[in-house]
Formats: sequence, C-alpha cells, structure tokens
Amino acid sequence: MGVDGIGARALRKEDKRFITGKGRYTDDMVLPRMAYAAFVRSPHAHAKVTGIDASAALAMPGVDAVLTGEQLVGDGIGNLICGWMVHSKDGSPMNMGAWRALEPEIVRHVGQAVAVVIADTQAQARDAADAVIVDYDELPAIVDAVAAMEAGAPQLHPEASNNLIYDWEIGDEAATNAAFEQAAHVTRMDIHNNRLVPNPMEPRAAVADYNDAEEHYTLYTTSQNPHVARLVLSAFYNVAPENKLRVIAPDVGGGFGSKIFIYPEEIVALWASKRVGRPVKWVSDRTEAFLTDAHGRDHKSHAELALDADNKIIGFRVQTVANLGAYMSLFSSSVPTYLYATLLSGQYDIPAIHANVKAVYTNTTPVDAYRGAGRPEATFLVERMMETAAREVGLSPAEFRRKNFVRSFPHQTPVIMCYDAGDYDATLDAALKAIDHDGFPARKAEAASRGKLRGMGLSCYIEACGIAPSAAVGSLGAGVGLWESAEVRVNPVGSIEVLTGSHSHGQGHETTFAQLISERFGLDTDSVNIVHGDTDKVQFGMGTYGSRSGAVGMSAIVKALDKVEAKAKKIAAHLMEAAEGDIQIEGGELKVAGTDKKLSFTEVALAAYTAHNLPEGMEPGLKEGAFYDPTNFTFPAGTYACEVEIDPDTGKTEIVNFVAADDFGKIINPMIVEGQVHGGLTQGIGQALLENAAYDESGQLVTGSYMDYTMPRADDVPSYQLLTTETICPGNPLGMKGCGEAGAIGSPPAVINAITDAINNNDLSMPATPERVWQASRAGLQQAAE
Amino acid sequence: MTTVSMTLNGKKVSAPVEDRTLLVHYIREAQGLTGTHVGCDTSQCGACVVHVNGKAVKSCTMLAVQAGDADVTTVEGLANGAELHPVQAAFREHHGLQCGFCTPGMIMTAVDMIERHGASLDEKTVRHELEGNICRCTGYQNIVKAILAASDQMAAMKTAAE
Amino acid sequence: MYETSYHRAGSVADAAALMAKAEDGKFLSGGQTLIPTMKQRLAAPSDLVDLMGIAEMTGISDEGSAIKIGAATTHHEVATSPVVSEGIPGLASLAAGIGDPAVRHMGTLGGSISNNDPAADYPAALVALGATVTTSKRSLSADEFFVGMFETALEEDEIVTSVSFPKPSQSAYAKYPNPASRYAMAGVFVAKMSGGDVRVAVTGAGQDGVFRVAEMETALSSNWSAEAVAGVSVDAGDLLADIHGSAEYRANLVTVMAKRAVAAAG
Repeated sequence: MGVDGIGARALRKEDKRFITGKGRYTDDMVLPRMAYAAFVRSPHAHAKVTGIDASAALAMPGVDAVLTGEQLVGDGIGNLICGWMVHSKDGSPMNMGAWRALEPEIVRHVGQAVAVVIADTQAQARDAADAVIVDYDELPAIVDAVAAMEAGAPQLHPEASNNLIYDWEIGDEAATNAAFEQAAHVTRMDIHNNRLVPNPMEPRAAVADYNDAEEHYTLYTTSQNPHVARLVLSAFYNVAPENKLRVIAPDVGGGFGSKIFIYPEEIVALWASKRVGRPVKWVSDRTEAFLTDAHGRDHKSHAELALDADNKIIGFRVQTVANLGAYMSLFSSSVPTYLYATLLSGQYDIPAIHANVKAVYTNTTPVDAYRGAGRPEATFLVERMMETAAREVGLSPAEFRRKNFVRSFPHQTPVIMCYDAGDYDATLDAALKAIDHDGFPARKAEAASRGKLRGMGLSCYIEACGIAPSAAVGSLGAGVGLWESAEVRVNPVGSIEVLTGSHSHGQGHETTFAQLISERFGLDTDSVNIVHGDTDKVQFGMGTYGSRSGAVGMSAIVKALDKVEAKAKKIAAHLMEAAEGDIQIEGGELKVAGTDKKLSFTEVALAAYTAHNLPEGMEPGLKEGAFYDPTNFTFPAGTYACEVEIDPDTGKTEIVNFVAADDFGKIINPMIVEGQVHGGLTQGIGQALLENAAYDESGQLVTGSYMDYTMPRADDVPSYQLLTTETICPGNPLGMKGCGEAGAIGSPPAVINAITDAINNNDLSMPATPERVWQASRAGLQQAAE
Repeated sequence: MTTVSMTLNGKKVSAPVEDRTLLVHYIREAQGLTGTHVGCDTSQCGACVVHVNGKAVKSCTMLAVQAGDADVTTVEGLANGAELHPVQAAFREHHGLQCGFCTPGMIMTAVDMIERHGASLDEKTVRHELEGNICRCTGYQNIVKAILAASDQMAAMKTAAE
Repeated sequence: MYETSYHRAGSVADAAALMAKAEDGKFLSGGQTLIPTMKQRLAAPSDLVDLMGIAEMTGISDEGSAIKIGAATTHHEVATSPVVSEGIPGLASLAAGIGDPAVRHMGTLGGSISNNDPAADYPAALVALGATVTTSKRSLSADEFFVGMFETALEEDEIVTSVSFPKPSQSAYAKYPNPASRYAMAGVFVAKMSGGDVRVAVTGAGQDGVFRVAEMETALSSNWSAEAVAGVSVDAGDLLADIHGSAEYRANLVTVMAKRAVAAAG
C-alpha cells in the first residue's frame, strides 16, 4: 500500500473482502443450534389486541416457541425509550407513551410486533408466524400530524393529550414579531418535507446468543453504534448488565441513521435466546424494513421571511409540525428541535428568528434521524424561502443570498449555533462558475427551441456536524455525552492497532483512519489496523452518525497518537542519549535533529515491550488511550447549483448538470469524500424527485416496497461535478468539518428551485414526480399566458 | 425435499433442500457462500445477481431446483486465484463501493453487461443497464466509472490476446 | 413462500400430464412474476410445472409473412434476435425494455402473456400486430386471448406454446415507465400492416388490461404521422389511477406515447 498521508487518494483497505464476497455481515453469521425468529405483526394501524392463539403454530414442524408481549413484560424487559429530553415552552417535559418490544395491548402502527415465533428454520418460523391467530378490535387511526392535534382525533397514548408530544420554541418571539412590523416585504410559504424510508441495502438483522453457564449474551447486530446499543439494552431494557452483554456490529451494509436506534427485534432476539436456550437469528426482509425501520423527515411548516427596503433579512418566523409516528424512537425528539431549528439561520445574518415546533404522535412508523436529520428540513425551508423571496423582490437568487451572507466569524446566530469559520462567497462563486451560470439564458433558449423547459436552482446550505460537545448537548436534554474514544496500540514489532468508538458501515474508516497514522509516523498503511464495532475490544464509543467520525472520532485518535508519540520520543531520547526535544519522527524513524543518529519505529516499539532499558520510572508498553470531547459543532457549508430540463409532455425532470461546491475543512482522503458526496446528493435528489413514504387514511403504507417506493437508480441521476474550497475548522486538531450528510442536506432545494424556475410555478412539493411537475407546468404555462 | 446438484464456481456440489428454496438461499445456506446477498423481496435490488449458465439472473427469483445441473457462478468464483477479475479490480480502483452490500450483485451484473456489449458501452448504456441493481451509498457515479474502465480494459486485453 | 413441489416437464404433453396430477398446480415459465408472488405468499401452488426445458416451446423462426416465437423464449432472446429486429423492430425494442437484464434472461413470452399483467408490455404487441396465440389445445387471436386484468382465455391445463406475429410494414413501441416498478404506466404499440391496416394497442393504462384505440387507428390510417394522433385522447374514465399517476395523467401519457411510437416507427 505504501505511505498514504493526509490528502492522499488512497484506495480502500476494506475493499478486497467486499469485492470478493468475503464481507461478514450479521446475516452471514451461523452459530451451532441456531434457531430463527419470525415476528407476528399487526396488519392494522390502530387496534386493541384481544387474544393471541398460538396453538396451531406451536403444533407446526420445527417450532420451538411462540412468545408474546405478556411474557416479555412479565420477564421484566423494559420499555423502549427516547434518550433526549425536550421540554415544551411552558417548561413541561415531553409526553412519552409506553413502547414495548412486543405489544400486549394496543398496536399503534401497521407492522408492530405482537408475538414472535422461534423455529428451526427461517421458512418454518415464517410458516408458523402466519398460523398465529391474533384477534384485534380495530380502532380509528390518524396518519396526518396536523389532523392528529385536532379535537376528536383518535388518541394514541394516554400520556399525550391531543397526541401532542411537545410544543417547543426557540429564539426571541417578541424581537422577531417586531421585525415583521418593520418589514418592507414579507415572503410566506407552506412547505411539506416528505417522509422517507432510509433503505440501507442491508436489511436489519440480529443474532443473539445466550450462554446460560456464564449468564452472558452476545449480540451480532446491524448497528452504527454498538456501545450505545449495549448501554441502552442494559440500562433501560434490563436485558443484562453491561459486563454480561457483548455487542458486535460486524460489516454493516449502510445505515444512514436507521441503524443508530435500538429496535424491538434486537431486544426480543436476546430475550428469546435465553427463553429457548439457543442462539436466535432474525433477519428483516425488505417489507419489514419499510414498516419498522425508523422513517425520516415528515415536517409541515409555515414560514415567513421579513425583508427591509434594501432586501436585507430582518426576521424569520417558522411554525413546524413534526410527525414522530406511533412511538418516540431513541433520538426522535432531538431531530425536529436541536438538529433542525438551530440551523434556521442558514448562511445568513438574520437578527431575529423564532421557531415553534410541535411534535405529534400518529399511527405511522416511528420517525427518527435519517441522513442529515433535521438539517435537511431546515435547509429546504431556508433555501426555498431565499429563492422565493429573491424572485418576489426581483433580485437574482445569487445576488439576494450574497446580500445576506454571514461574513465575519465567529458568528452567533439567534438560534444557539455559533458559526466558527466559513467563506460562503467562495463556494457560491465556485458553483456559479462551474455550472456556467452566465451561459444559462442561452441554454434555456436552446432547450425551448426543442420544446423543453430549462431551469436553474441554487441552494446555499450550512449544517452542524461533529456531533457534539457533551456539556452543551447535555444542557439541551441529551441523555448521553457525544465525545469519542480511541486507543492506539503499538505492537512490539511496530505495527499498530487503532481501536475506535466510531463505526464504519461504508464510510471507509479502515482507510481514512490509517492514513492519519501513516502521516504521523511515516508508516505503511498496511501496518495499521483499525478495530471497531465490538464492545469486547473497544472500551466505549458513541458510534457513527452526524458526520462525527472525522471531526470527533479522528480527533480522539490524534489525542492518543500525541501520547504515543510523546512516550516513543522519550524512549528514543533515552536510548540515543539525546534530549527529548531533539527527537523528530520522519519516514518511520525517530531521529536526533542535526545528527545521523536514528532508531526505527519498530526498534523503539520493541524497546518499549522488552523494557530492558527504559527511562527511570517509565511503565513498559506503548499503548495509549484518549477521549475527545469537542468544544463546538463544526459547520460544513457550500453551494449546490442544479440545472434541469423538463419534458412538458410527461413532466419528467432530467438533471442535466449538478455542481456541488463544498467547504468540508481539511480533507483526509478526497476519493472517499467524493464518494460520500455522490451518495448524499443521490439521496437528496431521491427526496426531491422520487421518494415518498405515503400512507392511506387507514394507516396502510401504500409505498411499502420497491414496486411503489421509488429508489434512485443509476439512470435517475447524473454524474456530478464536485468542487471543494477550504476554511479550516478551528475547533479540532485536524481542522475537519465532516462530509457525510452535506449532499443529502443541500440538494433537495437546489432541485426544486430549478424545477420551479423551469416551469414558472413556485407551487410544487416533494417529491416532484412527473405527474406533479406536469400538472404544475401546465398551471405555470397558463400563468405565463395570462 | 429434492437433492439439488449443480456446478458452483467450477465445483460439483449437491444438497437436499425443500423445493421452495430459492437459489440464493441454496448458495448462502446449503453451500455457505455468503457473498450473494438479499436486499429486497420484489426482485428489484439486484444484490443477489449470479450467473446461471453464463447469464446474469436474480438468484432470489429462481428456485434452487430450477438451477439443477446448471453451471452457477457467484462473486466468490470470479477471481482467478489471487488475481482479481478486471471488474473487481476496477470497483476498487474507482471507489465503486462503500458498504459493500450491493457490490457482489453489481459486479456480477457488470461482468454480464460487459460480456454482452463489449467495448461499445457508454455512460448512458451503463446507467440504463443498471436498472435492476440498487445502491444506496455511492450515487452510482463511481460504479459507472468502474464499469466503463473495466470494459475498456477487457476490450484491450481481448485485442492483445488476438 | 409456502412449500411446493417442483416438476420439470420434458414436453408439452408431459407438462399437461403433470398438471393434471397436481392438486392446485401452476405452470412456471421463467417465474419472474410467479416467484415474487409466491414469496409474498400471495400465491401458494401445490405444484410447479416448469416449462423452460421444453424444446418444442423455444426458438424464433421466420415464416415469411410472420415470425413465430416459442412461448418459452426469453425476452433477452427476442430482444437480440436478428430475425425479430429485422422483421418487427418494434417487438425487439419492446422485449429489450421489459424489466432489467437479469429479468430478461429468465422471463418468457408465454409466461408474460399468460399472466396478463395490465402493466406488462407484450400484450400491446400481440394486440397491435394481430398476433395468433397457439396453445396446447387451439389457436386464438390476440383479441380473443386477452380477457381482462390478469385474465386470459386459457383454461387451467392449457399451455401457450407459441405466438405468431404478422410482420408489419412499420411498427414501434413507446413506453412511459412507472418510476418505481418500471412497469408500463402507459405503453403504446403502433403497427401499420402491409395491407395498410393500422392498429394501436395500449398497455399499462387500462383498468381491464390492454386495449385498442379506434380513433387513433382511424386517424393514422389516413395520415401516418405523429401529428395525426396528437389531438386524439382516450377517455380517462376507463384508466387506472394510483399514487404514481391519475387517470387524467395516464390519458395524457397515452397520447404522448402514441405520438412517440409513430415518430419512432418512421
């Protein structure tokens, strides 16, 4: 492999196993005497469970057990919880309803599990699950969050009257209202952010193995954060104390947020393994994934933007209703509040902002963090408003944005966040140049000559990543700290293992993290192994989400490397009888500055372990650990420019050019970063054009498979043009900001702004399906004619 | 139960399975080759693509008994010993994978695509031909790049061999 | 999937005999629709009789004024057949657009038309070209064969063995796919037969499956051009409506696809 430091487009160390079919995912695990679980799920969105008859199922071949919620509750398994306390504006705590891993009394969404069958084979388990007879008394269901708050709506939980979980606010309401009184122009919009299903290609899975002699559980699971899983399973669900529970997240086939949370199925698999005395495997099929993986987004907002006579923004007012589904998933409360409304200032200097967010229960699948988590919702709102306001006041959208950019740092917004560094003009300039913004009118005319409609749309996004300073999030209600840990173990032969609390499920940590060590010590990346995803190996960690693994996870590694380097230098100085301050590390060697004296890294490592000749009082070994707690969020930002061409006959949108200009701070591996952006953009374009989790009034998910839920495919998206600019993040040692979510955050408004520009009609909601665009373009043509 | 025999990656194999057993489960469970994946239940994602008698098929949409006596190749059978197949190598070289879950099906689809189209592949054709394979990580851009690069390389190798 | 018993038939007679013995059997001909349906437990045949190995049901032959295609011929074979590409280019391009490459390697002509999915492509070609369906028992015109959504004139134990497609002087198929499933939301096959007879058949949009559009046929008979059908619209009242497209939208697509098909036919 060679020495690949910071900035190198190093090929991925992990790839060989994936391209040869040797990846090890949870469903690939086979244990002796393993049984299979199949869940009995509610076909109703809201119903009383009046009886469960398992007699026919129990008589079927291979069936070991049929377990129900009553038994689960009887065994003391705790309710699922939301780990972030949000208080309403009146100071009252959020209203959390009870959620059991198997529901004994009232089911509240289609697909909720009421029983589980354990059998010798997966086919037998599924056959028997079909034979479990559950009697339901159907109750009226509600799927729309706004309607759920109205008087007379079906009630989901006794804890939440009118289905209201919280009524939260941020910002200075009086100051914001005062700004609106002074406004020369007000732009108003109603905006729906469509519900999405995350759809990592690997469905969730769990293999639970209880050892009764040791009273010890091992859980292989599809998790983005195995330590958090263990903590929650121990502390809240009472499965086992942490020292009796090992959680392993092996190769994980994508997450995008949906594998952060602890779901009923993992809890049941662990509990069932003890109950039946065998390892138990559960693998979700795609239909179950649609019904039970936490969904994303689903906001309905009304927004108002106040401008002064010079078109400077003087106030921003937002009311949002967030649909959290039937239960509060693990971090659900934080998504439409601290991860959303804190970003409503966008890239702009806005003196007064006020947002009110109501979170609501409905008879739908729980909603939680999905790639971007709150920040795409904020960005869509802000950037649709910016484009619309510019059109209304007759300024070019670029000029209007420029007029309002934040230009001095640090910049304290009215909604908690303090932006540390950025140059928003730089990314806007880069994007406009790359998409040939000046040449657009000519291209539009040429398209018109072919009967096609062209449009150009911008989105200047900002996000808060590097989640997060523990004390800050603690003061806002988080149940955990969001630091990260690392341990650097130098082996006696000089090879290195880095144990990290971050988890890689596609991000390429095995390569990027190794590049950091390679840079630091001049070692071949082949001599560095990154170890993650096993609570028995890594002491603790908070996992991977919120674009945190670079800014937080790697910063912890840097801290551990600092300690390793200091000790190695001490040993080298001692062995070479030099001053510690004169030792330099270069090309895998420790050298005495200004002399030809040197020792290889391996020689120093070996000396640390033989311990024959160490400085007085020094402990043997070369292994150091560190915890890193960030001091602030990081603030990646950029401009996305999208050019579309629409076929007015069918309403089909083709993205003919898409430019992403991003400032991610310091980049370790540009190849991997580009891959992250490609994927994020495609998910964002999916939200804008294709994807929609739609329920009918009875609470059935009508887009519950790939036959109806439109996943972006290769011919739906273009090849993107990517550019980066760089302002160094001052908050962490590497100057990194994070890149994992930007694409999904920044792209939807760029696409919708481009389409609405093309069709001359601003009234268009996501996903902009061909029919919606066809209808809206006909209306737009009519308006133009009038 | 039927004893299903086939040539799997050049090796004669045999195992008794229920008639309802899908080819993908036969490969994964009866034969222990776990590179072939299941990502959906509507025959659309393509994570399960293998070659049966030289043609790409979805092994989740075929019974194992249907492939009785057939010649089946999975991603594990693609490399020539330690030497990666050009498509495998191109996926690595061009960062055509992230989480790796869709990758085996993508690679098997790509090999079949290149064999059918030869050097005439272009970006538009590749994107269209990937209609039956879904990737959630890469946004497809580097997959397309990898397939085009492999197709060029395989065409050059073919010319050199002639 | 529920358990089933699989049988591989060696001949048409063998297949009929195997089916006669089955309690609730189904013919398997590629299985690209049947197996997904069984996986969802929406079908539970006691027996499956596989027709793919029946030699007399495969192959493509040029019979002068018509092309005969065995029912067990895959979409891939039809799409890549020089005989089809030369004789009925619209049919070759239709086959090349069914499903995805892996599905085309398994799915067959006979399997597709016997299922008569209202969003399947082949029914449009059979109806527009006035094809003749030969079964293990008789010959039927395409108009007689397709009865309604998922319904054909086939009896329980009757097997489609081949389809004979008359060669048109001009033909083309234009499809607007459902963005998720990629099945047709509206697919229009236009054919001008050598005698000047024009037929237009629509799939994907109709509540009862494939249908002909007489007004377009009349318009095209006197003026074979895209403009001739531009002003002809079908009644939205008879069309499918779902989350992907209202009946009104589908009606629009039928006209647009008809225009494109005529333009492509040249």
